[in-house]
Amino acid sequence: METLLNDFSPGLFAMQTVLLLGLIFLLVKFAWKPILNSLNDREEGIKNALESAENAKKEMQNLKANNEQLLKEARAERDALLKEAREIKESIISDAKEEAKEVAQTLIENAQASIQQEKQAALSELKHQVAELSIGIAETVIKKELSIKEDQLELVQGLLEDVTLK
Amino acid sequence: MKIVLNSIRFFVIIATALFATTVYAGGGNKNDKDGGQVSSAEEVKEYILHHVKDSHDFTLWSYTNDEGERKHVGFPLPIILWTSNGLVTFMSSEFHHNDDGHVVVEKKGLRFAKIHSKIYELEPGASEIKFDESHHATNAHKVLDFSITKSVFGIFLVGILMFIWFRGLARQYKKKKIPTGFARILEPLVLYVRDEIARPNIGEKHYRRFTGYLLTVFFFIWILNLLGLTPLGFNVTGQIAVTAALAVFTLIIYLFSGNKSFWGHILWMPGVPVLIRPILAVIELAGTLLIKPFSLLVRLFANISAGHIVVMSLIGIMITMKASMGAVGSTLLAFVLSFFITLIEVLVAFLQAFIFTMLSALFIGMAVEEHDHH
Repeated sequence: METLLNDFSPGLFAMQTVLLLGLIFLLVKFAWKPILNSLNDREEGIKNALESAENAKKEMQNLKANNEQLLKEARAERDALLKEAREIKESIISDAKEEAKEVAQTLIENAQASIQQEKQAALSELKHQVAELSIGIAETVIKKELSIKEDQLELVQGLLEDVTLK
Repeated sequence: MKIVLNSIRFFVIIATALFATTVYAGGGNKNDKDGGQVSSAEEVKEYILHHVKDSHDFTLWSYTNDEGERKHVGFPLPIILWTSNGLVTFMSSEFHHNDDGHVVVEKKGLRFAKIHSKIYELEPGASEIKFDESHHATNAHKVLDFSITKSVFGIFLVGILMFIWFRGLARQYKKKKIPTGFARILEPLVLYVRDEIARPNIGEKHYRRFTGYLLTVFFFIWILNLLGLTPLGFNVTGQIAVTAALAVFTLIIYLFSGNKSFWGHILWMPGVPVLIRPILAVIELAGTLLIKPFSLLVRLFANISAGHIVVMSLIGIMITMKASMGAVGSTLLAFVLSFFITLIEVLVAFLQAFIFTMLSALFIGMAVEEHDHH
């Protein structure tokens, strides 16, 4: 302890105190303050950059999600449109078929009706002609054969038979 | 290319410095204890003890020339004394490397002698120093010595180095975000002190105020510790006056930044019986005012001094074991041992700087800590 105290030099202590004080003052003013400020600024800058990158990433994700949503909606709309179109097509086709059937039906009916009419007309024409013919035949036969009584009877008989047979 | 230029410049400076050092003769005194070769265990011990102390001139090496004269290569340093007759200054070369009080320098009507790196003022009328049996000077007293000793020179050197380096680092930030060159090595060290020492020990809120001091002290101690390992032979952080000044700085800082709760916990400890509080106050005061700074100053001083003594003792093996092992064997042994211990000392140099700064930060942190739970 005594040698320790003997080794202690008050002069050196004073010099060290003064020099260290000066050194601290100079370094704080010219070195530490600007260094620490710059380091802080740099760290803030890095932090901000990281944060904005994170934000940009999030935004991108949002955008992507939005896009997907839009795409999905568009697809759904397209599907709906296609479905509707198909339905319309089908209904048009079936309507057309129905109508065509109806038209055909009426056409057939008309045709049948007119055929019937024609037939009726033809039949009545035929009957008329047959009657006229028969009258003509009957005239000629009567003119020629009515002189003989048996023949007359026979003829009438024959005629009647024919008529009834019909 | 820049690095090459820088290193060339560095070597030119070193070479100029070496050429500028003067070779000057030691005192003609034949029984000069300081001169001569170191060749026995006793002389090795003396040499080591002499080295560990501060010195008034900067000697790089010494040799004896053909005429048997002792030559010292180095340069003298100014001696600045506060004596009974006011300020006295002269160059240390006037003592002619004498360290046992035999060379008396007369200035301003006063006589001075240097004994074991301490400068004594002789009593009026005395022309030669007289010693008692325990080798204490009887007719002289110590003076206040503000000389630029080797340690003060080292402090200046480190101060200038630190200013150049860190001013350079600070300047680089004006131009670029990331420093280049040597400053690139300094930046992580600054960050290390800030993030590993200041911030965790003092706390996020207050650390900024004290970081400047902690950075200064950390680099100051570390660079001086490392300088102490070079053949320049500085032993600044092994001077108890230097470590004491550093510890006093920390003491003053934490005393003046201590908040109410810090003083409350020292003087009137809450949560213990009232009768015990005064006793605790005494213990706490002793701890805060004496034990903490004392532990700081002794730890640094003892570690660095011990390191120097161990390294030099191991080098001394070269001389002390020469008789039993031969020149080659003892030199080899001394080299291997001192090589490895020097590696450890490089680690210790950092470690002691770190511990001093760390504990300073811790003590400051305790003083500014806020107790929310009361």
